[in-house]
Amino acid sequence: MKFKQHSVLPGFNLALGFTLLYLSLIVLIPLSAAFVRTAALTWPEFWSMVTTPRVLASYRLTFGASFAAALVNAIFGLLVAWVLVRYRFPGKKLVDALVDLPFALPTAVAGIALTALYAGNGWIGQFFEPLGIKIAFTPLGVFVALTFIGLPFVVRTVQPVLEDMETELEEAAATLGANRFQTFSRIIFPTVLPALMTGFALAFARAIGEYGSVIFIAGNMPMVSEITPLLIITKLEQYDYAGATALAVVMLVISFVMLLIINFLQWWSRRRGVVI
Amino acid sequence: MSTTLLPAPVSLDQARATTESIWIRRSLIGLALAFLTLFLFIPLISVFYEALKKGWDVYIAAITDPDAISAIQLTLTAAAIAVPLNVIFGLAAAWAIAKFEFRGKSVLITLIDLPFSVSPVVSGLIYVLIFGLQGWLGPWLAEHDVKIIFAVPGIVLATIFVTVPFIARELIPLMQAQGTEEEEAAVVLGANGWQTFLHVTLPNVKWGLLYGVILCNARAMGEFGAVSVVSGHIRGSTNTLPLHVEILYNEYNFAAAFAVASLLALLALVTLALKTFVESRGRHQENMNEH
Repeated sequence: MKFKQHSVLPGFNLALGFTLLYLSLIVLIPLSAAFVRTAALTWPEFWSMVTTPRVLASYRLTFGASFAAALVNAIFGLLVAWVLVRYRFPGKKLVDALVDLPFALPTAVAGIALTALYAGNGWIGQFFEPLGIKIAFTPLGVFVALTFIGLPFVVRTVQPVLEDMETELEEAAATLGANRFQTFSRIIFPTVLPALMTGFALAFARAIGEYGSVIFIAGNMPMVSEITPLLIITKLEQYDYAGATALAVVMLVISFVMLLIINFLQWWSRRRGVVI
Repeated sequence: MSTTLLPAPVSLDQARATTESIWIRRSLIGLALAFLTLFLFIPLISVFYEALKKGWDVYIAAITDPDAISAIQLTLTAAAIAVPLNVIFGLAAAWAIAKFEFRGKSVLITLIDLPFSVSPVVSGLIYVLIFGLQGWLGPWLAEHDVKIIFAVPGIVLATIFVTVPFIARELIPLMQAQGTEEEEAAVVLGANGWQTFLHVTLPNVKWGLLYGVILCNARAMGEFGAVSVVSGHIRGSTNTLPLHVEILYNEYNFAAAFAVASLLALLALVTLALKTFVESRGRHQENMNEH
């Protein structure tokens, strides 16, 4: 098989050549630097660097809070997408546009705003303070920030699927005597499930790497509320380049695995006849 | 996309089979809006409230402070370099991927998306590994007195990295959907490559391109993690707007931090407004092309 099929259009070599050159210089060579640097370590050296108690605690927080935030976003994202597609209410267009706010708002701004709100004397934190619940400067704060950051993903993956859904199936189900709950659980939910899982995976992947919004609200106590990306910065500031790079490689490998999972989920959604 | 027939108007009785009772509808709308209010609307409003809490004088003073002005300039500079470069990259990548068939295409698309899945902190770190004092090119750069890390070039590089996919991923599906017939007709009629691109392809994708530019610009101006690693946080010289927010906040100068943050929040709101407008225009153009 030939590398490229014949076409009358010009410019293939120039366009592909530039694309590969740019991608290599900006993305691929710098990323490979992390792996090449880490390859200088022996396996036991690498392993002990990425499994110290403080690092393990940061994994637990990063993954636990990311998972909880993605789960909340899956539930409420589905609800928001449903409400935006199926119901009419005043201000719907504005709400629809504002769902993308976490994509557009710089993470540092989100970070300081959420910290001010969820601190003990903040607008929202003051209601939890008397109950003995502290949100800002605890792992709970990390969860709040990651929920904000991941909010648009599920809404924006589920929304087009709900829009494309034919109501005939639902009508048929109703004719056959299904109540609304049965129709939802047997017809609607299975149809949106691949998109819902894609949105969950996207929100989870984004949350794992998130830095800007978290560091303000987390309190950043080692072993308690310190996320893995912050630990990389801490090591870098202590000139522990090997340690920072080893952790970066762990994060990169996790990112690549998430990318594969997301690609698979998107392929699964498409096979179901729905394009995301 | 095929033209769908609008459903015939139905009476309430017929509609009831595929919707919920009014009370369930209202509770679901209420629950969704409560969630969005808690996690979106209140944080957005609080930025402006905190920024103006101490009055206009404090607000104006914070955003006209020389360090703030220089942060604004650096943020604009980084975006002014990163966005056009990624436009050229996006157009080249989309031309190669959407208009030609070649092996390894899906791998290339995945590689273009890669920066989206890399943590911002790691995106900054990899440039330190190459250009930093301990890095591959560090000793050579130091010898020739070129500073990249803890200087403006590093900030620009990190900004380019995190915004690489934005324009390409808008253009690729759009140009794939449009096919190659129009371009082939232009070439057969004697147009050269550039003429075909400028007069046939570019007008067809202008709204998609604009959409990508808007999102790319918002991220370029708002990036925090990656830029933070390579910046060195030198006031008045390597401080972007988001980094300036952090410095002010860590100095407990909350009013000033929120004042600067409110500029970025305004940028986000303008971005969303433009995005919504371009989306509706793009959809309009799509419909025009179909008929």
